[in-house]
Amino acid sequence: MTGVLAFLGRNTLGFLRYVSGLYDLSAKAAYWAFVAPFKGRHVKWGNAVHQMVVAGVDSIPIVSLISLFIGIVMGLQGAYQLAKFGATYFVTALVGVSMTRELGPLMTAIIIAGRSGSAFAAELGTMKVSEEIDALEAMGLDSVRYLVVPKYLAMLVMMPCLTLISDLAGILGGTAFEMTQLDKTFSMCLWATRDALVMRDITTGLIKSMVFGLIITTIGCNEGFSVKGGAEGVGKATTSSVVISIFLIIFADVIFTAIFYYTG
Amino acid sequence: MANDFAGPMIRVVDLVTHYGEHLILNHVNLDFPTGETMVILGGSGTGKSTLLRHIMRLERPTSGRIFIKNQDICCMTEERFNQIRRKIGMLFQSAALFNSMTIEENVALPLHELTQLEDSTIRIMTRIKLDLVGLSGFENYMPAQLSGGMKKRAGLARALAMDPEILLFDEPSAGLDPITAAGIDSLILKLKLAFRMTIIVVTHELASAFMIADRITVMDRGEVIATGTPEEIRNCQQPRVLQFLNRIPEGDQVDQQEYLRALTQN
Repeated sequence: MTGVLAFLGRNTLGFLRYVSGLYDLSAKAAYWAFVAPFKGRHVKWGNAVHQMVVAGVDSIPIVSLISLFIGIVMGLQGAYQLAKFGATYFVTALVGVSMTRELGPLMTAIIIAGRSGSAFAAELGTMKVSEEIDALEAMGLDSVRYLVVPKYLAMLVMMPCLTLISDLAGILGGTAFEMTQLDKTFSMCLWATRDALVMRDITTGLIKSMVFGLIITTIGCNEGFSVKGGAEGVGKATTSSVVISIFLIIFADVIFTAIFYYTG
Repeated sequence: MANDFAGPMIRVVDLVTHYGEHLILNHVNLDFPTGETMVILGGSGTGKSTLLRHIMRLERPTSGRIFIKNQDICCMTEERFNQIRRKIGMLFQSAALFNSMTIEENVALPLHELTQLEDSTIRIMTRIKLDLVGLSGFENYMPAQLSGGMKKRAGLARALAMDPEILLFDEPSAGLDPITAAGIDSLILKLKLAFRMTIIVVTHELASAFMIADRITVMDRGEVIATGTPEEIRNCQQPRVLQFLNRIPEGDQVDQQEYLRALTQN
């Protein structure tokens, strides 16, 4: 019995320590991003733009390709069900709504967690192991300001952009399927999508994508900073950053989708 | 250098620190006199690097105080300590150069970030520092293209960038061949004579310790066991110091009962 209690206690404490670590990191980053600039300590925009290119622009091909495939799959699955009711007209609406509200932001977040979140963890972890982070601190330069804030800013800007691209690619994938298999024309699909979508579908997706971006950056950077021991530690941090990010992304997705459902 | 304070440059008072449950530093008291070179000698895991990291406030102690120029750094705000940090240069064991930047950018970074100097001035200052450590001509190399000894020199140039009053070396000769290590030693001697900085060197190399030190402190298992001039340390009769100076290996554990218990315990 005491063993069980000790186990529970130890894990609860470990969990709380982890959460407070995440809080500290994001609070510090928020300070350097939004408060410090008013005190004359400017954000490192050069680094932020570099991160935008690496984490955002360079991800466009893979995000578009995967979203295109997801759009085709959605079209196929939708047609399979809706054909029973002779309602294949609604396949377009199905693809459009599910891409913008759900699959666009979610797929983008999962790809970016695997691509950039892990890169953040590996970069900071390697710097930790090779004492580069200590060297920054020893010069009196704040590691969060130099290394983390640019990543947050890049993700806050690039996640909605990538999500829009994903939405578009998914809808195009669905359209391509319908044009070839359901004998619709391009303009029919375009109009059907326009009729089916409301602005709220797109904005809720974009809000989610920003939240996902915050999760990916926080987890990736936190895992990187907490690396202990050499190369093996970096590897572990990289893996766990992806696993934890994807878990939290889907968890946040449930919560936000529920909020949008009940307030919509 | 203006001496607007009395007493030693750095004073460590009753410093105790743990890693988890493990006691690392046990009531360390130590003064680092202004303008002198102090070498901290000791085997691996005796807490000498940890002491250095505490002086740089990269880690927080369990209890105890550290004073730099009579100011207690342990309860100082980050902002104020950063002002003090500007006057401390540190060479890390692995040199800790930023791998994504060239050597010149590495050395120029503190100047760019912490001063309002013109780019052209920074360029000249960077060249001077690199020349001082014998690395002129390597400005545009990446750290990965340099040998171990050259990385250490570049790290030293970066530590010197802000013209520090205090210079900390963490195992400067670790992982270097004897000739390169001797090169780093003579560089430390040169700096010591030229700039009269307060220098702290953590090492386990006896030869280099006796060559560069004004004072030597010997540490063992988290405690200071001897401190004095090189001559005093050489004549010290304390068994642990003698063991270290004469390179006598640690004796085997001979308690049979204890050994058996350790083997059978699960």
